[in-house]
Amino acid sequence: MKKLTQRIDKERLLLGIAAPLLAVVAALVVTTLVILATGKNPGAAFSDMVTYGSASDSQVYILNKATTYYLAGVSVAIGFRMNLFNIGVDGQYRIAAFFAAVLGGALTTPGWISIPLIILCAMATGALWAGIAGVLKVTRGVSEVISTIMLNSIATAIIAYLLQPGKLAELQSGGTVVSTKPLPESSYFFQIDTGASGELWGFIVIAVAIGVAYWFVLGRTRFGFDLRTVGQSEPAAAASGVSVKKMIATSMLISGAVAGLIGMPTLLNDSHQFSNDFPLGIGFTGIAIALLGRNNPIGIALGALLWGFLERTTNHLEFEGYDKEILGVIQGVIVLCVVIAYELVRRYGLKRQQQRVGAELAAQAAATTQKQEVA
Amino acid sequence: MRRVAKLSAACIATAALALTATACGSTSSENSSSTSPSSSSGGGKGGIKIGLAYDVGGRGDRSFNDSAARGADKAAKEFGGSIKELTAKSSDTEADREQRLTDLADAGYNPIVAVGFSYATSVDKVAPKFPKVSFGLIDSVATSKNVDSITFTEEQGSYLAGVAAALKTKKNHVGFIGGVDTPLIKKFEAGYVQGVKDTNPKVKVDVQYLTHGSDFSGFASPDKGKEAASGMLDAGADVIYAAAGSSGNGSIEAVSGVKGAWAIGVDSDQYNIPGLAKYKNSILTSMVKNVDVGVYDFIKSVNDGKPLTGQQNYSLAKGGVSLATSGGFIDDIQPKLDEAKKKIVDGTITVKTS
Repeated sequence: MKKLTQRIDKERLLLGIAAPLLAVVAALVVTTLVILATGKNPGAAFSDMVTYGSASDSQVYILNKATTYYLAGVSVAIGFRMNLFNIGVDGQYRIAAFFAAVLGGALTTPGWISIPLIILCAMATGALWAGIAGVLKVTRGVSEVISTIMLNSIATAIIAYLLQPGKLAELQSGGTVVSTKPLPESSYFFQIDTGASGELWGFIVIAVAIGVAYWFVLGRTRFGFDLRTVGQSEPAAAASGVSVKKMIATSMLISGAVAGLIGMPTLLNDSHQFSNDFPLGIGFTGIAIALLGRNNPIGIALGALLWGFLERTTNHLEFEGYDKEILGVIQGVIVLCVVIAYELVRRYGLKRQQQRVGAELAAQAAATTQKQEVA
Repeated sequence: MRRVAKLSAACIATAALALTATACGSTSSENSSSTSPSSSSGGGKGGIKIGLAYDVGGRGDRSFNDSAARGADKAAKEFGGSIKELTAKSSDTEADREQRLTDLADAGYNPIVAVGFSYATSVDKVAPKFPKVSFGLIDSVATSKNVDSITFTEEQGSYLAGVAAALKTKKNHVGFIGGVDTPLIKKFEAGYVQGVKDTNPKVKVDVQYLTHGSDFSGFASPDKGKEAASGMLDAGADVIYAAAGSSGNGSIEAVSGVKGAWAIGVDSDQYNIPGLAKYKNSILTSMVKNVDVGVYDFIKSVNDGKPLTGQQNYSLAKGGVSLATSGGFIDDIQPKLDEAKKKIVDGTITVKTS
């Protein structure tokens, strides 16, 4: 029996790897065709991507970017596991980062108090913002897709209103950049100095911790089991005594809390203030990365790294004279391919399973008839 | 348990790999310097190597970035140099902007012009690492020694646009469309509104921004510009001034569909932009911000071996901003515009910046 489970595990693992691999290969082929169509040499482009992307300062850039993307991917994946489509991660992390930056700028306490406070404030704000959608869904049955995407716009408007000189922000020298009060130096998060390659953000440690927590809570606790059950079948979960409404509200809160962390690497390690050029759209990147990583903690990490690599190297491709739109094409194609590849592999797996079950049943039937004949 | 071990092993392996990979290996600048030796300074035998980092929209936005491109083109032609252009994306982070500037500096481009205030922080981070390279920063002020901050008094030019709008409106109703509600664009709005009100207090001014806060897509969305302009036209406005990068193209298109309505262009003299030729009879004037002059002056100074540093403020008095007269639609009100201009230059009128 043990042998059998091992065999299936291996096959499932193989199928699991096949899908993203197929997607990346298909994306490569399509990208090659696109570059060929623009009359450039794809071989040189790919080799430039590899040499440039593997340089040590590129590695630091990729890891820093991936830290942010990983948190976004996990935040979206929590919703996905629950069958909740949290499109609002984008608004959640921005409003969370904004209020955290305001708090951080006002705090004069030593770093070991300020930093946890800033992070907690961001998580609470993110959770609160996502919680609105959760409450609407539970009490009024409002689809979270609609409510979260509207909450994104509301978040943008609130930030735009408060991020003005005289409200919660100040005008920087030069008179063109508005930002919140910069964090005092004691509130900077630690970073690893790698010399000429730049600084590796210390927040990567927190991102890894979140990944481990995600894997543990979902895979190893009663709560995680309930969550996945609700995601797979609400009536089944309800029948086994899980309160579906409570689960929806809680998972929305957790997803929002993790979303609150997305802006933290940028805030605590890089910009140290929330200004009008704070990065946006990472919540949507998170959706692509969660899809790419199949909601798996390691898969999301690989997806986040791939995304960082693509951004770093395609920025340089533009420098080499290729069209800058290539990045958008590659990313779009990868996501499309992933969705298609997973579906293909799923169907193939299902077919294999059916065939095996069929074969076993046939063998059993044959054995019984043989037995009967003997008898 | 088996899975725990497998997972943790994978985690440790990945982390170890990442850290070792980070620790060793050469940086991209070392890689590139080994393949392409960078010229020591500008103005060498190959001519001046100009690096341009555009804001969102890039060359071809028929407005702000194009104006910078014209200045660089002129300089390159005159001094026999080459130009390398990179363009920002709206999803950029600080790291992307720094990478863009660093890539240019690594490849030996000097001077490097950062077009747009988004680059302010990045220039201050990158410039000290390349003390021999001259950086130009448009629309903002940087503190590093080797940076020339090129700024304009947009509010003064916009004031004149406001005067023209107030004199040309028949319905006593005009509009202003801003790309993003940044302090820079608010300068345009403040000057415009003041110009309108000083000329005719009865004129109503509609103000709309396309995007807010950190969403910079308002500078590169002609569809949004078109929609906003249509809304204002429907509400009764008949002169619309759009300071919105390439989104302004949409606004001009919408205005051209209404008889008797005027559009006021921005940054470049949009009457003479080939891509907008179809609509040029609806373009009353343009508030020309001579970014090209700023860029050209800066490149010339580097070529002459005396790079400009500090802040160069291109005001109305110095011809940094002006109203375009192409098409001759404002010839009849020119005396009044000249009077307003004189008052601004001699200080009788102080134009507000916010």
